[in-house]
Amino acid sequence: MPIDILMPALSPTMTEGNLAKWVKQEGDAVKAGDVICEIETDKATMEVEAVDEGTLAKIIVAEGTQGVKVNEVIALLLEEGESADALGKAPAPKSAPAPENPKTEPAKAEAPKAEAAPAPKPAAAPDAKGAPADHGDRVFATPLARRMAEQAGVDLAGVKGSGPNGRIVKSDIEAAAGKPKQAAAPAVAEAPKAAPTVAAAPAAAALTKDRVVALAGNVPYTEIPNTSMRKVIAKRLTEAKQTVPHFYLTVDCEIDQLLKIRAELNSRGEGLKISVNDFVIRASALALKKVPAANASWSDDVILQWSQADIAVAVAIDGGLITPIIKQAEAKGLATISSEMRDLGARAKAGKLKLEEFQGGTFSISNLGMFGIKEFSAVINPPHGAILAVGAGEQRPVVKNGALAIATVMSCTLSVDHRVVDGAVGAAFLKAFKGLIEDPLSMLL
Amino acid sequence: MAEQNFDLIVVGGGPGGYVAAIRAAQLKMNVALVEREHLGGICLNWGCIPTKALLRTSEINHLLHHLDAYGFKAENVSFDIAKIVDRSRKVAAQLSGGVKHLLKKNKVTVFDGSAKLDGVAGGNRKIKVEKDGKPVADLTARNVILATGARARQAPGMEGDGKLIWTYKDAMVPKELPKSLLVVGSGAIGIEFASFYHNLGVDVTVVEMMDRVLPVEDEEISAFARKSFEKQGLKIRTSATVKDVKKAASAVTATIETQGKTESITVDRVIVAIGIVGNVENIGLEGTKIKVEKTHVVVDAHLFTGEPGVYAIGDMVGPPWLAHKASHEGIIAVETIAGMKTHAMDVTNIPGCTYCMPQVASVGLTEAKAKAAGHEVKVGRFPYIGNGKAIAMGETEGLIKTVFDAKTGELLGAHMIGAEVTELIQGYVVAKNLETTEAELMETIFAHPTLSEMMHESVLDAYGRAIHF
Repeated sequence: MPIDILMPALSPTMTEGNLAKWVKQEGDAVKAGDVICEIETDKATMEVEAVDEGTLAKIIVAEGTQGVKVNEVIALLLEEGESADALGKAPAPKSAPAPENPKTEPAKAEAPKAEAAPAPKPAAAPDAKGAPADHGDRVFATPLARRMAEQAGVDLAGVKGSGPNGRIVKSDIEAAAGKPKQAAAPAVAEAPKAAPTVAAAPAAAALTKDRVVALAGNVPYTEIPNTSMRKVIAKRLTEAKQTVPHFYLTVDCEIDQLLKIRAELNSRGEGLKISVNDFVIRASALALKKVPAANASWSDDVILQWSQADIAVAVAIDGGLITPIIKQAEAKGLATISSEMRDLGARAKAGKLKLEEFQGGTFSISNLGMFGIKEFSAVINPPHGAILAVGAGEQRPVVKNGALAIATVMSCTLSVDHRVVDGAVGAAFLKAFKGLIEDPLSMLL
Repeated sequence: MAEQNFDLIVVGGGPGGYVAAIRAAQLKMNVALVEREHLGGICLNWGCIPTKALLRTSEINHLLHHLDAYGFKAENVSFDIAKIVDRSRKVAAQLSGGVKHLLKKNKVTVFDGSAKLDGVAGGNRKIKVEKDGKPVADLTARNVILATGARARQAPGMEGDGKLIWTYKDAMVPKELPKSLLVVGSGAIGIEFASFYHNLGVDVTVVEMMDRVLPVEDEEISAFARKSFEKQGLKIRTSATVKDVKKAASAVTATIETQGKTESITVDRVIVAIGIVGNVENIGLEGTKIKVEKTHVVVDAHLFTGEPGVYAIGDMVGPPWLAHKASHEGIIAVETIAGMKTHAMDVTNIPGCTYCMPQVASVGLTEAKAKAAGHEVKVGRFPYIGNGKAIAMGETEGLIKTVFDAKTGELLGAHMIGAEVTELIQGYVVAKNLETTEAELMETIFAHPTLSEMMHESVLDAYGRAIHF
């Protein structure tokens, strides 16, 4: 069977593109990695590399064709030993010299299919076969680099190799683990323990001081040293944004009831000082219990659906932030969560958290409400599958029973790792969360 | 004189320069190469190659005197030193002709003369080429690679005179064989000459300033080598210096001080091999940004000198003074000029070979240097006496030592002494360059029966798993 070469999606949002140029012609031998054609999108012109080896048997979408839908067959590749006869069974190829037809017709013909496809498999990458730039999951690294990565807790998937053909070598791991070359041995031994969260730096071109100064146009500046916390934040969040496909869901929660109950609880003279955030933690934990699919992490082998909700809460501290964890929050009452959180927060600011108190977790919360932020999107903290960004509770006009009313509204945005949590699951979680926040008595049960 | 313009001018036609020129030609540069004496440089004409030809003959002589062990009988074995030298010169000439052919094939324009940096014009470097004080050509190019090499370091009071006191060059073309010889310096060059002359029956004494012979090698290898040399009859003085030499008509009396004790020996000839100095004079470095430290040009990781458009490679930029290091630097410099992605040289991946008897070869850190660098090490050893092929060959003297990082399993160094180790070492060099750990080396299947099996066993031994010892 000839192999279909499909119109690739060169970005997650791309739905169609223009076939700018055929680099290979019919009859040309094609090796994996050869540039076969150039595709133009609204953003850029990109080269498409062959994934399979064989002979370019038939060009179906001619050069210059505009608006070619993603996943449309653009050419056929014959594998070695296959004869052109095999083409007979192929779906009606459009001849190259008629560029006007493919330009419009296939677009229409493909339209329903293109719409149908995303539903069952939302945001799925185009089929590996014929898709460009799919180098598979294989990570090329030297044996020494692999072992050092394992010892340093560095994820190879996030490391850019500097060796031949992008192979990851020893020096890349040293850079990723933030270890200076030939550092004193004891420091090296400590590194993995102290910072297993220091995942790989997806090192792009090195952002040296000189380069950044030049990019900014030689503006005068003051140097502030990169603390190790700064470096961890930079690495983790860069890794997250580069490797985790984020999407965002926002929901508005009315919290007048919650505020009322909070005031009641805190005025009971039992020394309680429950914060809105404590309610948010409790509600998140209960919602995760209700929608366990949202309490999950991606691994290349399997999806890990966590049996408990360990909730990491971002706390701003001098020079950065840290995320102490309320473990098994679904099993803890508001009072417990509140006192634990106060203790963790105080010790976080004093720099006295134990490793196990801020490393790990299954879900995170970042609350900027106290700064008057209305709403924002947070960056997922791997390996968590989602993070909830909580805005300020503020009085807003709302429509109730067809009339304008005033309510205290808090907007919450869930950032979701699409590899593990799909839109509907994320929405189910937020629905459960909103239900708990707006009916806070149910949280007290 | 009309200026001739090129993309690149390479100054020096040794293993650094000619390799750089060919690589540049492959990258479609129009290249000029200026050489003042011989294409192929010292390596090919007065170093690596002719000495290997000489050492081959001395090895044969050694074998001819030990035929009995193999069941042969040969009487009245003799040799003609003139013929031995003649063969060595022919080997050098053949290879120099080969380099000339390669340069021609790659369309490199070769100029016979000495080159000098001569300022900048219109963004191009200017180079003046002269021969015997007369101008030969004026060249211009965007970039210049200096590869002028090095020469023997002279010892005060023991300057080479071509008669009684020899440098490497004189030692390579003896008209007759001395009866006795003093070799000053026990680095690779000194030890190779000591081995050559000793195997032809000369009474050889080696004086080394450091506390061991072959001082750059692993201490265990140095000790093994010394024992082996002394068993063969070489006289060795370490932690020793030559205090004084008195020349007579056809002999030299040298006063040697060894750890406070003084002795006087009289020899027919003296070979001085105490290192080299870079050829950094008369090439127009004055008035440029190029810095010279300890007779060597200072360069960055990509061989750039700091002077726009000027790169320097090989012996003139410092140790290790090895042809293959120069060639590799030539490639790095050219690819940097061509705007390609290049890698900085990793000195611990450069092998070194000494063709004495027994041969010595190594790559990477010695055990002592690995420990000094903060590594916790695992060390493996395997002796030639435990290897079937070595016993069959009648070459049972030797040792293969490997040094691993205990934590990561990185092969930090390999140190070998014994028959054919100069060929074996490349196995470890490939392993090091590919960053294998002990695990891949252990899983590799080594052919039986070969000397290379010892390389496997040495690795296994580092982890307490050697099979045959």
